Amino acid sequence: MTFDPSIFTDHLGDIGAGFLVTLGTWSSGVVLGLALGMLIAVAQVFGNNFVRAPLRVLIELIRSTPFLVQLFLVYYGGPSFGISLDPIPAGILGLGVYGGVYFAQIFRTGFQSVAQGQLEAADCLGITRLQSIWRIQLPQMLVMILPALVNMVTVLCKETAVLSIITIPELTMVLTGIGSETFAFVETLLMLCIGYLILVELCSRLGMLLETRIGRFMSRQPR
Amino acid sequence: MNSLLIPGGNVPGQSPESIGERMKTNDEQSTVLTLNKVGKSFGHLRVLKGIDLQVQRSEVVCLIGPSGSGKSTLLRSMAFLEEYDEGEIRIEGQLLGWQDTDKGRRRAPQAQINQVRRNVGMVFQQFNLWPHMTALGNVCEALRRVRKLSADDAKKRGMAMLDKVGLAHKADAYPAQLSGGQQQRVAIARALAMEPHIMLFDEPTSALDPELVGEVLQVMKTLAKEGMTMVVVTHEMGFAAQVADSVIFLDQGEIVARGTPQQIFHNAEQPRLQQFLQNYLDRNAFWQDARP
Repeated sequence: MTFDPSIFTDHLGDIGAGFLVTLGTWSSGVVLGLALGMLIAVAQVFGNNFVRAPLRVLIELIRSTPFLVQLFLVYYGGPSFGISLDPIPAGILGLGVYGGVYFAQIFRTGFQSVAQGQLEAADCLGITRLQSIWRIQLPQMLVMILPALVNMVTVLCKETAVLSIITIPELTMVLTGIGSETFAFVETLLMLCIGYLILVELCSRLGMLLETRIGRFMSRQPR
Repeated sequence: MNSLLIPGGNVPGQSPESIGERMKTNDEQSTVLTLNKVGKSFGHLRVLKGIDLQVQRSEVVCLIGPSGSGKSTLLRSMAFLEEYDEGEIRIEGQLLGWQDTDKGRRRAPQAQINQVRRNVGMVFQQFNLWPHMTALGNVCEALRRVRKLSADDAKKRGMAMLDKVGLAHKADAYPAQLSGGQQQRVAIARALAMEPHIMLFDEPTSALDPELVGEVLQVMKTLAKEGMTMVVVTHEMGFAAQVADSVIFLDQGEIVARGTPQQIFHNAEQPRLQQFLQNYLDRNAFWQDARP
């Protein structure tokens, strides 16, 4: 077996661009997912049954179907529902909804981890629900759910590989493309693995940094 | 001396001596809290069966009774933490929690509920402090977010409140660094900071080690002496005997007896009340020391 590094130097520009597309779709998907997830979780925890029932259906639908199929549905099926999206927005939307459902579950657990009595105390003092979420629930639950959140963020990073099937020129698409052009499959696939490894590693490091920062804050309060 | 027998909670009013005698301030003889035939059901279980009660300004009312008698539910209803479903609760004349519409009674908007219970301070059995905030942070939070005080003003007021419960030196401690008694005193300071007209205590010492009970009761006694209107659910018969203006005995969702501590503790006539007190007598005889 030969390993020819010149393949990378020859296609450095394309690979770099693919890396950036992966990074961009991933981070946009995460932001959208976190926002959606928070909305869904708040609606689930504080909403009435009219709000909860459709959300439960949505969550079950997303959780019980493959991401690949959802993505096809958004991109190729979208036009029949009157939603025509370019590949990248479609990819971000798909990633955001998929991630959002899982983030919602994580946030919901977080909300439920803060004792009900603390909210009753806030209620009695006239503190509004929104203020309670922001000032009392979020700071406490963040410590608990951060590992789970980081985990899901790294999952989404790897799910961006699926975006290649709706013609988004991200890392997987670029490198497998180079592979079939040059028949250097081993080099390109190895490179692909390294690319994702770097992203995921960066993300986990960032997560750990956050954990220790918040952990330092929490360690002032032995329990 | 005979205690008042209230069958089904239907005998109106309180005997004059139960409220007049031990009044601390007599400048304002107004009613702070009025309950009119308040009822509450959890499913098929009717836990409150038409409770009538009036609490005058500066009065201290103790609710006693066996567990499951509905006393905590009753107290929580007074802050609308439980939605009572029959009758009325009025705080300084304003109906709490509900509003009447053409289609019957509806839950009032949250802002309106908050407006009515603005003058109610609540203290919980489990303290319910926010563990990620310091003692001072706990006291200042509502001053900042609800009263919209500046950081400096809130801090000044918060420190004054902590000082009042003897914990100014613990301002920067987190709840987990405080003993149960200290935590409960912070919780009292937090409620007091909002200048409530009536304080509700839900078994404030039941979660405490016995040797920590005293410091919390001491703070409550001081409050009572200063003329704070208080409703206290308690198992501390000594406290009820010493501090209460009137004691109410609840059993199975009904007021079985009400009267002065003297009437309730020393002249109990109702078999259920006698039986309840006998349990305390059997366990420890401390309540006999309580002066009427």
